[in-house]
Amino acid sequence: MSTARENILARLRAAETQAPTFDAEPQPPPEWGMREKRLRFIERMEAVRAEVIETSADDLATVLASWLASREVRSLLHDPGSRWAEMLHQAIADGAELPELIAFNREIELWKRSLFDNVDAALTTTLGGIAETGSLMLWPSADEPRSMSLVPPIHIAVLEEKQLYATFAEALEQQQWAEAMPSNALLISGPSKSADIERTLAYGVHGPKELLVLLLRDEDEEAS
Amino acid sequence: MVTKTVDFSARAVEALHNARLRGSFRDAMDDLIRKRLDHFRDETLFRELSGEGAAIRARALSRLPELLEQLERKLVSNGITVHWAEDAAQANETVLKIIRAHDSRRVIKGKSMVTEEIGLNDFLETRNVEVLESDLGEYILQLLDERPSHIVMPAIHKTKAQIAELFARKFPEIPYTEDVDTLTATARRVLRDAFRSTRIGISGVNFMVAETGTLCLVENEGNGRMCTTIPDVHIAVTGIEKVVEKLADVPPLLALLTRSATGQPITTYFNMISSPRREGEKDGPKEVHLVLVDNGRSDIFANPDFQETLRCIRCGACINHCPVYTRIGGHSYGTTYPGPIGTVFAPLQDGLKERGELLSASTLCNACTEVCPVRIPLAGLINRLRAEYAAPRGNVKDAGSGRSWKEAMAWKLWSAVYARPRLYQRLLNWGLKHRDRLPRELAPWSDSRAMPVIAEKSLHQLVREKSEADQ
Ligand code: SF4
Repeated sequence: MSTARENILARLRAAETQAPTFDAEPQPPPEWGMREKRLRFIERMEAVRAEVIETSADDLATVLASWLASREVRSLLHDPGSRWAEMLHQAIADGAELPELIAFNREIELWKRSLFDNVDAALTTTLGGIAETGSLMLWPSADEPRSMSLVPPIHIAVLEEKQLYATFAEALEQQQWAEAMPSNALLISGPSKSADIERTLAYGVHGPKELLVLLLRDEDEEAS
Repeated sequence: MVTKTVDFSARAVEALHNARLRGSFRDAMDDLIRKRLDHFRDETLFRELSGEGAAIRARALSRLPELLEQLERKLVSNGITVHWAEDAAQANETVLKIIRAHDSRRVIKGKSMVTEEIGLNDFLETRNVEVLESDLGEYILQLLDERPSHIVMPAIHKTKAQIAELFARKFPEIPYTEDVDTLTATARRVLRDAFRSTRIGISGVNFMVAETGTLCLVENEGNGRMCTTIPDVHIAVTGIEKVVEKLADVPPLLALLTRSATGQPITTYFNMISSPRREGEKDGPKEVHLVLVDNGRSDIFANPDFQETLRCIRCGACINHCPVYTRIGGHSYGTTYPGPIGTVFAPLQDGLKERGELLSASTLCNACTEVCPVRIPLAGLINRLRAEYAAPRGNVKDAGSGRSWKEAMAWKLWSAVYARPRLYQRLLNWGLKHRDRLPRELAPWSDSRAMPVIAEKSLHQLVREKSEADQ
């Protein structure tokens, strides 16, 4: 239908365009310190019924194990190559009670039914967080496919405090997203929800019903 | 698709007599207005933000053809197939062709107002393709065979009890309940099965980024992510005006959109799609298609008086704040987009003959203009369209079709009299003298209003008498 393309573009090119101006200065980004960013992030997340647990890399496995036990999670999808996986496997070797760890090691078509029906939770990394809106930034990859943060009823995300940005604009710029976008990039701000029935909020309509953020303290900052 | 407006007034009158409907729209709009205001209490800050939003959209429109070409180049090099459609028929055929190429009989859809505009669902169903809506509100409406009454909250006109009754009828195995969590869980179960087994997903798009070739989707439920992640093929359908120049343009628009629409600082998901599943990736659609729909937009673009209509980011704030919409509801309009934006968009798209009557659905109170996050002067545009409707001028389709010779005569007569003070005075005196015998009705104006009674004395007389008494 290339004639459609040519016709549309020709009509657009023939038109006069105005470029009206608006008396507005772009907003300067807020200057928040780490503490401010952390507090804002947590407040926003909790306002949309996500849970945030502040912990450290060292305590991650223990904290996670007890949280998972409280939810009776029997299977946890994870990326075996990640830094956290190593800690989880070590914890299991040391006798910690953790659910069965599953890897997304084949194409979705080969195990769709099982992914939908048998996986209780998924653990993913994040590229960082946004304090202003309480959002996680995810770049799904071959190791952590898109559906990990979408299909299982519980999504657990690890966020390193030093990766907290004040705003989305600031994160885009500092991480230079425009240079090379991944096939899919996501901002996630809470569990899935809907207000379509008489404006009553209901959670987990399509995506995860629960979102847990493990916020890892910045040890360097703590020391200083 | 959409109903023609021939009987707009009839539908509006019917809606006005439905007390329950009026009540639920009032409550819902008050709630949305309050939630938005929580973010924009600071009027100066809102002016700054809306100025930035308007500037971004205006800058994109001022380069629209080049940006569309750049977008296409980028998308193609990212592996996304781009299709162009001049009108609804071409867009529908394009989607059907893709579905047929995959030998498919079923599609699952995320919320998309443009597919509503082109009547995609009806078109596909008559060609033996089953269409399943997955946004909870849209899903409910599909079960009821109804149309959305709001662009952001499509099922806002339905009560919990009506939905409970519907679910009890459709899913007899589940006991009747008005518990929203249980109703939602039922929909989740049914739709999850469908996501898993359907091979083609269709979605709309909120913004397209020319710089990176990225399609952005804004949502809370996750059904949009499902439609664009789980099926083998993703078809995105959207209007050509949705493009922006660069990625850095996205954060300000996103912030304005979610705050204006539902008073959320951000929605649960912001989904940015730049390519199909890449080598080595284990999920995501293997094919992504974008259908760019014109359907009258290039004509609006060519009309300098109305080009700025295309800045719209479909937040719905103008609808939520419209006193007319709040009373007559979304269905009365008979258009895809109701409220002020629909009142401007529909006559521009379909012509004044078909849609001119809608122009009466405004009090020109200017609330829409004040809340629009991209500063579209909606009330001004409605007023300009009214002028076009009554007197041929400018280049809107069917300009002058609302001209009535009776009304034109009446105004001519009035201005002739008013320009001659002595004649005016004489007629006025005659009117005052015979005021008991003047008609008590002036239909249709007096159908829903009490006719004012003419005073005994004119203002002129009163002032003269008063000043004489004062001396
Ligand atoms: S016209 Fe403005 S307020 Fe109305 S939907 Fe569009 S962007 Fe929102």
